[in-house]
Amino acid sequence: MQAKRTVFPNKGLPYLLLVPQLAVTLIFFIWPALQAVKSSFEREDPFGFKTTFVWFENYRRLFIDPLYLSTVSKTAIFAVSVTALSMSLSLILAVAVNRVLRTNRLYTTLLVWPYAVAPVVVGILWWFMFNPTIGIAPYMLRAVGISWNHRVDGVDAMVLIIIAASWKQISYNFLFFVAGLQSVPQSLIEAAAIDGAGPFKRFWTIVFPLLAPTTFFLLIVNINYAMFDTFGIIDATTQGGPAQATNTLVYKVYTDGFIGLNIGSSSAQSVVLMIIVIALTAIQFRYVERRIQY
Amino acid sequence: MASIDITGVKKIYAGGVTAIHNLDLAIPDGELVVLVGPSGCGKSTLLRMIAGLEAISEGTIAIDGTVVNAKEPAERDIAMVFQNYALYPHMTVRGNLEYGLKNRGTPRDEIDRRVNEAARILEIAPFLDRRPRQLSGGQRQRVAMGRAIVRQPKAFLFDEPLSNLDAKLRGQMRIEIKRLQRNLATTSVYVTHDQLEAMTLADRLVVMNAGRIEQVGAPLALYERPATLFVAGFIGSPPMNLIEIDYLRDKGALTLPEGTDLVGIRPDTIQLTQPEGPHLVMHATVELYEPIGGESHLHMRLEGSGQLIVAAVPARTAVTEGAKAVLYVSMSDLHPFNKETGRRTD
Repeated sequence: MQAKRTVFPNKGLPYLLLVPQLAVTLIFFIWPALQAVKSSFEREDPFGFKTTFVWFENYRRLFIDPLYLSTVSKTAIFAVSVTALSMSLSLILAVAVNRVLRTNRLYTTLLVWPYAVAPVVVGILWWFMFNPTIGIAPYMLRAVGISWNHRVDGVDAMVLIIIAASWKQISYNFLFFVAGLQSVPQSLIEAAAIDGAGPFKRFWTIVFPLLAPTTFFLLIVNINYAMFDTFGIIDATTQGGPAQATNTLVYKVYTDGFIGLNIGSSSAQSVVLMIIVIALTAIQFRYVERRIQY
Repeated sequence: MASIDITGVKKIYAGGVTAIHNLDLAIPDGELVVLVGPSGCGKSTLLRMIAGLEAISEGTIAIDGTVVNAKEPAERDIAMVFQNYALYPHMTVRGNLEYGLKNRGTPRDEIDRRVNEAARILEIAPFLDRRPRQLSGGQRQRVAMGRAIVRQPKAFLFDEPLSNLDAKLRGQMRIEIKRLQRNLATTSVYVTHDQLEAMTLADRLVVMNAGRIEQVGAPLALYERPATLFVAGFIGSPPMNLIEIDYLRDKGALTLPEGTDLVGIRPDTIQLTQPEGPHLVMHATVELYEPIGGESHLHMRLEGSGQLIVAAVPARTAVTEGAKAVLYVSMSDLHPFNKETGRRTD
């Protein structure tokens, strides 16, 4: 697709029109990012009187810190689980809604609601439901012999934030999957039915491969979401605890920088995250367009 | 190889709209039947009911003597060629051809044999490893046909398979489909709205209108003796001229059956020289002379009534626009109809 080029009579005008957006980007994104890169090479003394340039000392310490390395693996578990859970559930929901002909608009609207809920509210919502003292979920789990307490059990805490984060992302994935499913031509499904493929076989051999571009896009978006966009949910539920069990990379940047006031290490962690985001975005840009099979 | 028997079939959609009214049609083994009619006449719905893609509201459809109403499309052993080809875009041509055979658990060497055989017949062997998007419209059409023939089904169903091709390719593919169907002798149902396609392909032509069969018969039989006004108007290009009987009363000694109030005259039966035997004589003004190549069409206004009629005359007939013409029609070339019933009266 080649967009039509607009020719401005005045050479300065297009730049003038770009200024507001560029200003916002520069002041709120580029400048803080550069600040983070700068302070990741520095060490601040405890009282804020002196800043020393320490080269890669912050990074070196980071990668030999067992706590940081365990956070990396916690984040990986969290991101993979959230991505897998939210994508599979939303695909199931999308397939189900796509089969309903008359009321699918209603279902679609209802299923999109969670996306409009603020992350902190999502966190609090699930925190209440899984609250070991007053929550409904631990009460029901007790009935089947499971003792739930995410305040002391690290696995319970991880499960809680995975559920909360996935729940919120299902809506988003669902919308993309529904759109993807609706763009699969009906005649292909009919041709496959005549070709002797049952519903499951049709789904796995025809529909799912045709959804590949959507699935790949969502995969990247979901990993991004789980890794970088779940601060609110974690802060409202477990705050990284118990005993660092749910401390993800992003949450650790916050606790080390704003609670622990270790600006140097926190900045170094931010830069590491920045590199991960850049890599994921590059993958997305490079492959998303190309993978389309039509 | 199978016959298809459609008995008392109705299609009533959820909204209460009846798409097909009580339709009966028997298709013997090996025949190519073309369902033709304007859009919305129910021809595609009927085809999809045979395929099992639409539920049958009432009546039965039997393939090879077995009622298939409750059977899934896969169990009916039919193959269908879709209007948009419906090739699987993520599979190679070979993958497309193999898919139906693999699903049925055909042994590997048998699959290869059949795919190569189909590729040879349809001349698509060089493209077997390409994907559909790398093929031209005509090649995709061949692959779609290939996917049908590798299965060696009891029947082929064609749903306007040529309507996405340009006119030249359409003519070629039409001939190929006919040749292929003759060679394989597989019972086929072919849906089209193109009457030229319908006439040339059909062993038997089924003209449908508003969910009902208007007439069934050999293409030329329908052309020569349309049973209803609808068929008279639908089959034949340019369409049959329909003239009020009152206009013709003083144009010759009419001997038409009781109840006739409209008379059909095929454009190619209007002559400019006086024929032998009993005939009509009409006077008209030539408004437009349309050379087609092999023949020419004269668009004329009848003197008296002012009705526009068309005559198909030999290519180099000497007529000028604006000139008066004397038209002759043999009495045996008249098609008498009743407007009320819409049916032929003789």
